[in-house]
Amino acid sequence: MKTFLSTHHLSLGYGNNPPVLIDVNIKINKGDFVCIVGANGSGKSTLIKGILGLIRPKSGQISFENGLKPTNIGYLPQNTKTDPDFPALVKEIVLSGTLGQMKSRPFYSKKEQKIVENNLKRLQINHLSSHSFAELSGGQKQKVLLARALSATTELLILDEPSNNLDHQSKKDFYQTLKQLNREGLTIIMITHDLDTEDLIGNKIIALDNSSASTYTTKEYLKRYQK
Amino acid sequence: MSQILTMFSYDFMLRAAIVGLAISIAAALVGVSVVLRKNSMIGDGLSHVAFGAFAIATVLGLTPVWFAMPIVILASFFILRLSRKQSGDAILAILSASSLAIGTLVISINKGVNIDLNGYLFGSILSVSWLDVVLSLIITAITISLYVFAYHRIFAITLDPDFAKSIGIKTGLYDGIFAIICSLIIVLGMRLLGALLISSLIIFPTLTAKNLCKSFKSVVITASIISCLTFIIGLILSYLLNTPTGATVVLSSLAAYLLTKIYSLL
Repeated sequence: MKTFLSTHHLSLGYGNNPPVLIDVNIKINKGDFVCIVGANGSGKSTLIKGILGLIRPKSGQISFENGLKPTNIGYLPQNTKTDPDFPALVKEIVLSGTLGQMKSRPFYSKKEQKIVENNLKRLQINHLSSHSFAELSGGQKQKVLLARALSATTELLILDEPSNNLDHQSKKDFYQTLKQLNREGLTIIMITHDLDTEDLIGNKIIALDNSSASTYTTKEYLKRYQK
Repeated sequence: MSQILTMFSYDFMLRAAIVGLAISIAAALVGVSVVLRKNSMIGDGLSHVAFGAFAIATVLGLTPVWFAMPIVILASFFILRLSRKQSGDAILAILSASSLAIGTLVISINKGVNIDLNGYLFGSILSVSWLDVVLSLIITAITISLYVFAYHRIFAITLDPDFAKSIGIKTGLYDGIFAIICSLIIVLGMRLLGALLISSLIIFPTLTAKNLCKSFKSVVITASIISCLTFIIGLILSYLLNTPTGATVVLSSLAAYLLTKIYSLL
């Protein structure tokens, strides 16, 4: 199995505060669907911020292998972070996902338009392309931001609690979409609550506790903690 | 009409109109990003710092614009750092009040120096110089070029700085450029509209445009147009009614905001 990214004795934290995570050694393989679980404050968001390069490691390192580039990751931030009233059209938002591949080119070309068109179709939201983001439902908004993340990558998606604030049906629908994307070959890392077993939809679990990380298969994890 | 034509035959009016229009465009453009990122207080904080710097420069006999520019730019970087911290808004409020206090004190101690305190706080079109005209045209040209060539990246950062950074956009660089442009707009526009009113030039156009537009592109374009219109209407009204320019411009912006808000609710 090809490894996409791995961390070696990685410690992460903010400013001069003590590190949130210490000596983390994890490995993500191509095709994995990994759920990151842990209590509030256990460092779930910190871990993915480290992987995304949003914060610098205090020590240790993160290596990207087999052609994965750090700026070639599709990121879906916690949905509380995006202003729900932001004045923008769906296509404006999804197009912005392609900026990472444009180097210093200032304007979008046909290629970027095509990527966006494909991803909107893939998530079955192409009819929303010219709609205003502010007027969409919570589930639709989340799909638009997923389409933006997909436009940034063909390899790896990272999602931070994507089912927060979604009603039950939208959440089920969203998870179905993620499973489908994973079957199509996309590697996925998703932060989730582990309160509900139906959120543990991946094949692997990274559990954060006491500043350290342990990796399980989903089966192992369920046996161990939830009987 | 003839009254309006006579108005622009005065040199000082012409200078005020050019500086005002140029700064209106630049402020509206930068404002879109600043307001949508919920950083509106930055403009307010910087204008207070600018007031303090202007007062000190005048007392020392220096050219206020040259003296205030580096100080306000430094303050903008400081405020940028604050905005990422938890209690940033409280420290910003302290910075604003202290700058205002320093400025007022410096002016009152030096009674021998003839300073128009009222003009600094609320604006005075008489004080706009040809240097201000040249500088404001330059800064507006720079802002417009930035918006044309970095438009999509500015959009991405405004919507979601974390996502933008994750795909490799240099968000820190853009934050720095915006802080500098904001500072220059405030220093140049301050004498026209006054320290207490200049930040409205950054904030109002975006809020008004948001009432009318659904796309980001239309917000950017509409904000610039509305900003120019409300400025020129305010300037003309202040001339005809003999009212203070800064206050009249702000109230004409408020009227535009309220009218578009009502329209959006219909």
